[in-house]
Amino acid sequence: MSATDLAVESAIRDLETTPAPKPSLHRAPLELRALKSGVLTGLTWIAALLASVPLFSVIYELVVAGGSRLSWETLTALPPSAFDLGGGFGNAIVGTLVMVGIATLISLPLGILAAVYLAILDPDSRLAHTVRFLAKVLTGFPSILAGVFVYAVMVVTMKTYSALAGGVALAVLMLPTVVLAAEQAMAMVPKKMKDAAYGIGCTRTQVIWKVVLPTGAPGILTGAMLAIAGAAGNSAPLLFTALFSDYYLRSLTEPTASLAILIFNFSGMPYENQIQLAWAASLVLVLIVLVFNILARIIGRQKY
Amino acid sequence: MASHQFDNVDRSGSVSGPPSEGDYALDRGFRGIAWFSAALILALVVYIVIEIGGKAMPAIAEHGLGFLTSTSWNVQTGQFGILPQIWGTLYSSLLALLLGGVFGIAIAIFLTQDFLPNRLAAVFRTIIELLAAIPSVVFGLWGIYVLIPLLRPVANWLHANFGGVPFFGTSLSGPGLAPAALVLAIMILPTVASISVDALRQIPYKVKEAAYGMGTTRWEAILKVMLPTASSGILAALVLGFGRALGETMALAMLIGNSNQISLSLFAPANTLAALLASSFPEAGPVEIRALMYAALALLAITLIVNAVGLAVMKFATRKFEAER
Repeated sequence: MSATDLAVESAIRDLETTPAPKPSLHRAPLELRALKSGVLTGLTWIAALLASVPLFSVIYELVVAGGSRLSWETLTALPPSAFDLGGGFGNAIVGTLVMVGIATLISLPLGILAAVYLAILDPDSRLAHTVRFLAKVLTGFPSILAGVFVYAVMVVTMKTYSALAGGVALAVLMLPTVVLAAEQAMAMVPKKMKDAAYGIGCTRTQVIWKVVLPTGAPGILTGAMLAIAGAAGNSAPLLFTALFSDYYLRSLTEPTASLAILIFNFSGMPYENQIQLAWAASLVLVLIVLVFNILARIIGRQKY
Repeated sequence: MASHQFDNVDRSGSVSGPPSEGDYALDRGFRGIAWFSAALILALVVYIVIEIGGKAMPAIAEHGLGFLTSTSWNVQTGQFGILPQIWGTLYSSLLALLLGGVFGIAIAIFLTQDFLPNRLAAVFRTIIELLAAIPSVVFGLWGIYVLIPLLRPVANWLHANFGGVPFFGTSLSGPGLAPAALVLAIMILPTVASISVDALRQIPYKVKEAAYGMGTTRWEAILKVMLPTASSGILAALVLGFGRALGETMALAMLIGNSNQISLSLFAPANTLAALLASSFPEAGPVEIRALMYAALALLAITLIVNAVGLAVMKFATRKFEAER
């Protein structure tokens, strides 16, 4: 037996005879790492609660400051001039709805058709990859630049600010949301449903119209509703495409009022009446946006 | 013709039939329209760049690159420069990113690391998502009449006691950088939070189990395992949030004070590229419009680059997980 073997043997004997310190499976509550964890957990709770303060504060102000001014008159009357009392923003509600309507009419068909190409017809072509990337880049596109673009293209050539130009500017902003949401909804349609349709001899168009679009409809509509909600609240592109007007809309080719621009204009005025109206208009605008948001949630919840 | 292969099939007694010539024509037509729509989006982006770039050309020829480094915006003398606006855009966005980033990531952790029962987490997620639904102008209005009065005593106290620090070098008289950056932070918080939540959710559950199995505390697991694993997704969230902040317009136009100066002070009024466009464009004459088009091109370039970088990082992050699965 060599010396090392002896040493090993005695070490083993030691291990067998001296009881090992029993490992504790419990963490002492005041141990440094437990304390650190507790403190960070507390900070996270504080951060989460703090982050929800602005939303509740905004809602509170809207209800208190805006709600007190809300009446049939504010919803239907025309905006007051500087020193007038009373008045309302009926024309701005109409203008907002009309322009969002125009934007929806343009962006929904175009966006869904493009999504059909991206999701079904040729998902891996170079065009599809490029368009998908550009649509994602466009979702982060500053809304004011859509206004600059439409100003250069439509307002300059038509020589007037118009509801049409405002609608087109909003459509540019809605398009990427619609395309991406519709593509995702259509890509999620189970492959076997499509294969079954192809198997009984459908053309691709028939598969798209009779299987993919109806099945993907909830997802597509959710995207559309979110895009509409976004467009209704968006004001930057309307600043110099639709401008503003103190009268009800008579034609699509003249300056048009919108809620967002009314709030922007009135917020800077030194008159109490206008500021109250700005709060009331904010309440109406938030309600419109919320309606579409909630619709999106309800439609999106129905799973097929 | 594709329909020939069906011609010899015996169809007596069958209710089915091959697609007619009309069906094929319809198919070709519809596919053509879909292709055309996709191509139209590509064309639209190209057209936007060309149109804004083309309209900026005269101003680029006139002012050259000095436009980006000059500090005056004077319609009377025809001198235009956007250095203060570029500074204000980057400064306010960075401040917003700092605040919105910290809170956004904290909320992403809060929502994904079992702080709340699932149902409550869903409710809280809805609250954060609703924050994104509130229009920019409404935040602007809230900022003017709620946030600024709230901020003013704090800011002026800081200025009075710590006026030597460059960040508190001026008092807050009304609109200024601090309220603008705060509102901006609130507005990008949902973007940062929701993309970070997705990044944290993509981590396979066994990774977390393995960490807890080794006896880590909750925060050791979060800081040493979850966050590093989700880091590229979170980085993408921050970059995309930064992109949102750069292009945000209305709330800033209402809160930042539209003053073309460069100052480190958080309470001094400043200006951003988007706010400059919003406040000057509607009343601008032809000379100023050309300069504004140049400013718009600069904003377009900055945001396109930031967003493209963010998307590239995100793609990288997703691909990593797909490879691991």
